[in-house]
Amino acid sequence: MSGPSTYQPTNRALQWLEKRLPISGLIHSSFIAYPTPRNLNYWWTFGGILSMMLGIQIITGIVLAMHYTPHVDLAFKSVEIIMRDVNYGWLLRYLHANGAAMFFFAVYAHIFRGMYYGSYKEPREVLWILGVIIYLLMMATGFMGYVLVWGQMSFWAATVITNLFSAIPGIGDTIVTWLWGGYAVGNPTLNRFYSLHYLLPFAIAGVVVLHVWALHVAGQNNPAGVEPKSDKDTVPFTPYATIKDGFLMVCFCLVYAWFVFYIPNYLGHPDNYIPANPAVTPAEIVPEWYYLPFYAILRAIPNKLLGVIALFSSIGILAFLPWLDTSKVRSARYRPLYRQFFWLLIVACIGLGWLGSKPPEGIYVILARVFTFYYFAYFLIVLPLLGLFEKTKPLPNSISESVLQAKA
Amino acid sequence: MTTVSSADHTRRDFLYIATGAVGAVGTAAVLVPLISQMNPDASTIAAGAPVEIDLAPIAEGQIIKVFWRSKPIYIFHRTKKDIEEAQNVNVGSLPDPEPDSERVKPGHDQWLVLIGICTHLGCIPLAHQGDYDGWFCPCHGSQYDTAGRIRKGPAPKNLPLPPYAFVSDTKIKIG
Repeated sequence: MSGPSTYQPTNRALQWLEKRLPISGLIHSSFIAYPTPRNLNYWWTFGGILSMMLGIQIITGIVLAMHYTPHVDLAFKSVEIIMRDVNYGWLLRYLHANGAAMFFFAVYAHIFRGMYYGSYKEPREVLWILGVIIYLLMMATGFMGYVLVWGQMSFWAATVITNLFSAIPGIGDTIVTWLWGGYAVGNPTLNRFYSLHYLLPFAIAGVVVLHVWALHVAGQNNPAGVEPKSDKDTVPFTPYATIKDGFLMVCFCLVYAWFVFYIPNYLGHPDNYIPANPAVTPAEIVPEWYYLPFYAILRAIPNKLLGVIALFSSIGILAFLPWLDTSKVRSARYRPLYRQFFWLLIVACIGLGWLGSKPPEGIYVILARVFTFYYFAYFLIVLPLLGLFEKTKPLPNSISESVLQAKA
Repeated sequence: MTTVSSADHTRRDFLYIATGAVGAVGTAAVLVPLISQMNPDASTIAAGAPVEIDLAPIAEGQIIKVFWRSKPIYIFHRTKKDIEEAQNVNVGSLPDPEPDSERVKPGHDQWLVLIGICTHLGCIPLAHQGDYDGWFCPCHGSQYDTAGRIRKGPAPKNLPLPPYAFVSDTKIKIG
């Protein structure tokens, strides 16, 4: 972590390589000797799970691309050919489709862990912002992948999402036409979405490298939220973090496999098994579950432009979180008031997700407005003020002290 | 760590083995679909079913080309001269010795059916060309005779014969 690695391989071939390319030293210092706080809990394993999911999505995606045809007349059919004719095509497609859902589940666990334990605070602001960028890229990638199936939900998702940009005053329509490459969503749109859907995961992988780099500069945060001070506060990455990450990865894969093998279409919408029809919009349009909270925010605002602004702000605001939270105490363990507001935020986000799947009428609209208000108030009012007024609990002197106190 | 007791060791060992076993089995299992998906799919295999070819329209001396399993199949209606040429060869002197009788079906000497893919590197030889009235491969100059046997050039083997049978005197079924 500090200075060049002192690692010396014992194998002579590796010694030869190490002098010319110190890659085994890099791996050793990053994943073997790397000091991790000794009090990390299972919420810290989602970073590894997310890397695994990115890998799974890239591998299954490359395989699906071998069988998929990005053309309006053939796309839906080629997906059905994957499901029926290609050897294990059904498995690979279900792995990819449910993999996206598992990926988002893990990223939400990862984000909320960061928020609960204040992982975004100094000196980890850049690490956090890189994470927000990864999340944005994931949303764009997931959306475009959903369009490729070219079912009814795909087509109308593409129409609705691209039309968000039509809210921009003056140049909105020009931008939307440019996004489409035509007068409506059509073959050029499908082709460019396919190209970008293949490209963006590699862009994500690139930002992940920066994310991990930034992580290894600042070191990991931990449940106590105090920095490691001595060797007593840390344990080496291997075997402690390796086994912890590996164990939860395997458990995560078991849940993933349960979805893939037993309820592969549970999270999907049946209308997406109807080929895209530009002449008929389905009676009920809902995005995938992982976008529902944002969809609810969009519909909660009764003005087109303001709704779109609220939608994008709800994501963009995350990038400013390190400065909106004025408290110096990181972990919610020592912030009794913050903890309550945090769990209210979780309620609001899950509530918005539920409301996003409901028709925009009656009580649903009112609730969506309440939760939307709270979502923004959390970032813009609660966090800035809480840092000034909250009486926090005393912080432990060190990580080992907090661990030993808990044991006693 | 000094605080680690032997009980912790046992639990960690168990987790190591359990995690490793489930992870290894899962990873190995997932290799099957990842490899298998590149093999021909069900529609490709279905499209490779046998095809029937009517020989009646093929004039004496004519060579037609049909496709079976995406491979070009040459059907040669040989003249008496072609058959004699093919039969009057010292089989022992050929690079890939095979008598003409093994290249055709008994009683159907006039019909030569073969896969039109050069045994050198897979090009399609041109019919009615070369020094032996058979085929000439434009890629590297291999020459085949009127029984489709290699006579000259870099190809190591005779042109292969597809599986086929006579359904009637004027109809064959390839595959």
